[in-house]
Amino acid sequence: MANRRQNTEKSMQAMFFVIATASISILFMIMLFLFKEGLPIFKTVSVTDFIFGKYWYPTSDPADFGIFPLIVASILVTGVSGVISIPLGVMTAVYLSEIAAPKVGEIVKPVVELLAALPSVVIGFFGMVLVAPFLQRVFGIPTGLNLFNASLMLAFMSIPTICSISEDAIHSVPVALREASVALGATQLQTIFRVVVPASISGISTAVILGLSRAVGETMVVLMVAGGAAMLPQSIFDPVRPMPASIAAEMAEAPVGGEHYYALFATGIVLFLFTLLFNIVADFIAHRYRQVGEASL
Amino acid sequence: MSSLFVNQTSNQSRSANVSAESDASEITMANTDSKMLEGNPAYDRRRKLVQRIFFFLFRAAAAANAIALLVIVYFMVANGWRAISWEFLTQPPMESMTKGGILPCIVGTFCLSFGAIIVALPIGIASAIYLNEYARPGKMVRLIRLGINNLAGVPSVVFGLFGLAFFVVILNMGVSIAAGALTLGAMSLPVIIGSTEEALKSVPDTYREASLGLGATKWQTIWRVVLPSALPGILTGAILGISRAAGETAPIMFTGAVFFTPKLPTSIFNEVMALPYHIYVLATAGTEIEKTRHLQYGTAIVLIALVLGMNLLAIFWRARLRKRLQ
Repeated sequence: MANRRQNTEKSMQAMFFVIATASISILFMIMLFLFKEGLPIFKTVSVTDFIFGKYWYPTSDPADFGIFPLIVASILVTGVSGVISIPLGVMTAVYLSEIAAPKVGEIVKPVVELLAALPSVVIGFFGMVLVAPFLQRVFGIPTGLNLFNASLMLAFMSIPTICSISEDAIHSVPVALREASVALGATQLQTIFRVVVPASISGISTAVILGLSRAVGETMVVLMVAGGAAMLPQSIFDPVRPMPASIAAEMAEAPVGGEHYYALFATGIVLFLFTLLFNIVADFIAHRYRQVGEASL
Repeated sequence: MSSLFVNQTSNQSRSANVSAESDASEITMANTDSKMLEGNPAYDRRRKLVQRIFFFLFRAAAAANAIALLVIVYFMVANGWRAISWEFLTQPPMESMTKGGILPCIVGTFCLSFGAIIVALPIGIASAIYLNEYARPGKMVRLIRLGINNLAGVPSVVFGLFGLAFFVVILNMGVSIAAGALTLGAMSLPVIIGSTEEALKSVPDTYREASLGLGATKWQTIWRVVLPSALPGILTGAILGISRAAGETAPIMFTGAVFFTPKLPTSIFNEVMALPYHIYVLATAGTEIEKTRHLQYGTAIVLIALVLGMNLLAIFWRARLRKRLQ
């Protein structure tokens, strides 16, 4: 009896372990298939030409597979959205954990969660039908579907990520640190800037990186709002074509097993490596510099 | 500033000493400062003013989120409520999608998101049980967590590529509910694992100890004590997972959803229409984009109501759970 129970116990533990590795297996298979379907393009185009080539004409004859404008577009869109989302996200987090009355916080927190829950296609649609005509009118530009509009929409998609992880980090700073600072005569604001934020800067950095990683991989918004021109932009109001938009827009027309199909998977590899890098850096910061307090980053 | 980091690899007590020392030196400096400034009304007034300005900015930042949410929802509802009718919800699209309803999209989204959760829930719960109940801290756990974090960061369109290459082409499922649901399921896995772990953590250790003390094995303890207590929290996570899956477009574009099909699905190997993809198609690919605007708004309202409704449900439920625990 006891022996049988122990055997069940052992097999249960083994089973749970095997299932727990599912996430790594899926991640591994994603990489495997990206490379399997993406690498054949490098038989026709060299890696350098693919990454630094300035022309993306996948359907013309002979086709040009240079994704440099797409990479630049992705970086610019993410960067500009970061300029908006980082201050707003971190400030909202500070507000929620340091300033807001508990009652107000109980309303604002769900609002941020609901903002995160809005489907990306809805935000893209909103950017297309409301923000684009508005920008066009206000700035007198030929098209409202451009880099700036896409960045603005992306910013509101990454704010919830930045805000909730930062808030977790800030919230976990021990109250004793705040009390010590206030007891020394510092104001609440001085305490925030010189004690609370420095103590949770590792968590805040993780939050920012994960927020940017979300922006770089977001598809529907850039597909609908960025304008879709595969050119190097001259101004912030130029239409662009970030990597996810290019993949999503062209996959339907690319015949399975053709050069275009391979090129889109290769673009997927580059995009995947971008987000992988972001995530590994975030993980590294979270583990290397332990947060003051017990944040569950 | 850097002294406040506690480097994990270094000796904890030593770094604590270092930070205490540097804190002490800062305190002395602050003292000399305050000797000059103490009781200086101008300084007090100034820093109070600065604080007021900054607090205003913090409040404004928080308000910006609320305003963004309100503007988006208001704008959709104000433009689209007229499109909502019983016919809109119960009829298929007609006359090359310029008239009629969205029934096939609602059914399709329902099939895809529930399919996704059926795939992700068992695997996600089991992973969380392993991580929270069985695993001892070590390299393997670190690796599994790294895998989960990175899976959560994979762009949705890359999930779509994976689903296309693996489920649709290699496993020969074609564009179908099965392929779409599996792709969405892989994507929701990290969400499910995260919320299940949180639910398991909120079960007090005394429950486990009491059960083990009565002679139950670990598995009996998990199955009869831990899981029942964690169930409401796990279900909240499941609701959030469904709502996330229902709103996603990019993963199903190449794997489950199609432009148009008038038939309702009869098997999991049928292709379907889906709400988010329908919005995208009507808004960008139609020949008569302006003519179908009201349908686009209408579909968007239905999707928003579905997703936000499920989220509100989960938020309220979770708030009640937390209150009960305290």
